[in-house]
Amino acid sequence: MTGWRAFMQPHRIFLMALFAGLFLWCALSLRWDWLPEYAPLALEGLWRTIWILVVTTVLGFALAVPLGLAQAVGPWYLSAPAKAFCTVIRGTPLLLQIWLLYYGLGSLFPQFPWIRGSELWPYLRQAWPYAVLALTLSYAGYEGEVMRGAFASVNKGQLEAARAFGMPRLTMFRRIWLPQAIRNVLPTLGGETILQLKATPLVATITVIEIYSVSSRVRSDTFIVYEPLLLLALVYMIIAGIIALAFKKIEDRVPDRPHQG
Amino acid sequence: MESLLDTLGLSQSVQLLSLSPPGWGGNLLRGLANSLQIALGAFGFGLVIGLFGAYGKLYGGPILRDLLAIYTTVIRAVPELVLILILYYVGSDLINQASVAMGYGRVEISGVVAGIWVLGVVQGAYSTEVLRGAIQAIPPGQLEAARAFGMPPLMTLRRVTIPAMMSFATPGLANLWLIATKDTALLAIVGFSELTLETRQAAGSTRAYFTFFLAAGALYLIVTLFSGALFARIEKWARRGQHSLKGGMK
Repeated sequence: MTGWRAFMQPHRIFLMALFAGLFLWCALSLRWDWLPEYAPLALEGLWRTIWILVVTTVLGFALAVPLGLAQAVGPWYLSAPAKAFCTVIRGTPLLLQIWLLYYGLGSLFPQFPWIRGSELWPYLRQAWPYAVLALTLSYAGYEGEVMRGAFASVNKGQLEAARAFGMPRLTMFRRIWLPQAIRNVLPTLGGETILQLKATPLVATITVIEIYSVSSRVRSDTFIVYEPLLLLALVYMIIAGIIALAFKKIEDRVPDRPHQG
Repeated sequence: MESLLDTLGLSQSVQLLSLSPPGWGGNLLRGLANSLQIALGAFGFGLVIGLFGAYGKLYGGPILRDLLAIYTTVIRAVPELVLILILYYVGSDLINQASVAMGYGRVEISGVVAGIWVLGVVQGAYSTEVLRGAIQAIPPGQLEAARAFGMPPLMTLRRVTIPAMMSFATPGLANLWLIATKDTALLAIVGFSELTLETRQAAGSTRAYFTFFLAAGALYLIVTLFSGALFARIEKWARRGQHSLKGGMK
């Protein structure tokens, strides 16, 4: 346990005591009496935050793979639109994209009677499909750029070997190209997933009730400003910590990159 | 020209976007100017924090280093939106308490100053990391040479450290600048009339959502592409005299 010994220097113990004291002071002398009343709503909001995060990262990544592939090796008529998509997504604020989809599409759809008559209409009238769509496209745009570099970085010899053994192209992609590309960018993907977590509160602006909007509601109902915000910051830090730990676990599980060249 | 716009069905959009009052183009441009002003201020403020932070992380004592580590970790783990609200309330509370204590009464805080303060503190955490990495990438011999000639620390900073780290820091700083321009959109939520909020107001009162949001997106995109070109030039300038990585030694 030398790492632990090295970590526990005298000044760190002092700092930790200081922060523990600060934490206790926050817990004891700030107002938390609103907590029991809003706890069920907060849990629901927390669940929705995590749900949105998981769904949009999975869907966004599924979209990012073809985007990256098109940019890395695709012909120009595929790579040019993919590149334009990534540039536009990365060049404009996410808040603007969310509002464009929600207010723009939301005001366009009702003009078409066949959309209003369709089975999907009850969903299209709610806010969350637009939130999920906007966050998915945003994640896909950023990750498409990451995956472009990842696909290009895979050692060409590996792909040639697969081809020499007569492996079908899809099998080669599934077994060799994609796993190695993902392995090369795992640390980046971890960071991007935390960025995606930090983007989720923006959907509160289009009336999706997630953990951030619960805290806003506490603030506007009770006029207590700092306590809900501090608790909210703590919740986000914990989720970010869990994401970082999970990615560290995955990185440790994949074997080290062999020496190339 | 006009008949072409008519056939495309765009004449109404052009009217809505015109610069004089029946159109909302002037409002959008005013919002863009506000956004850029805050982005510039926050980027600069962040750079100052980042330079001190990087020096503290590299050369500071153990307590300072741990505190800076907490600062950068916390800022990077909490959503900007939450930080903006916390820093906004803390900042206005502190200033009001100070001014009441000095007997001036409550003061109204200008949106520009609040925006620069809030986004600057956020940017500072990211700049700290970028500049720390850039300073570490300077060949140590250059700093040792400066010390050997008895250069005082501030002069070393001005003449050696900053010019030598520029080439390493530019790509990261370019990214930070783009984040700064896009993060100004978040100030719309605390009611500051920058580009995104102006757009929403224009769109809301004319019901032409697509026209205005697409126009604002185009403005942001122009800023992004223009900054990209500018930073590419700065990087080229900062790399002058260095061996090109691609061309090999000459």
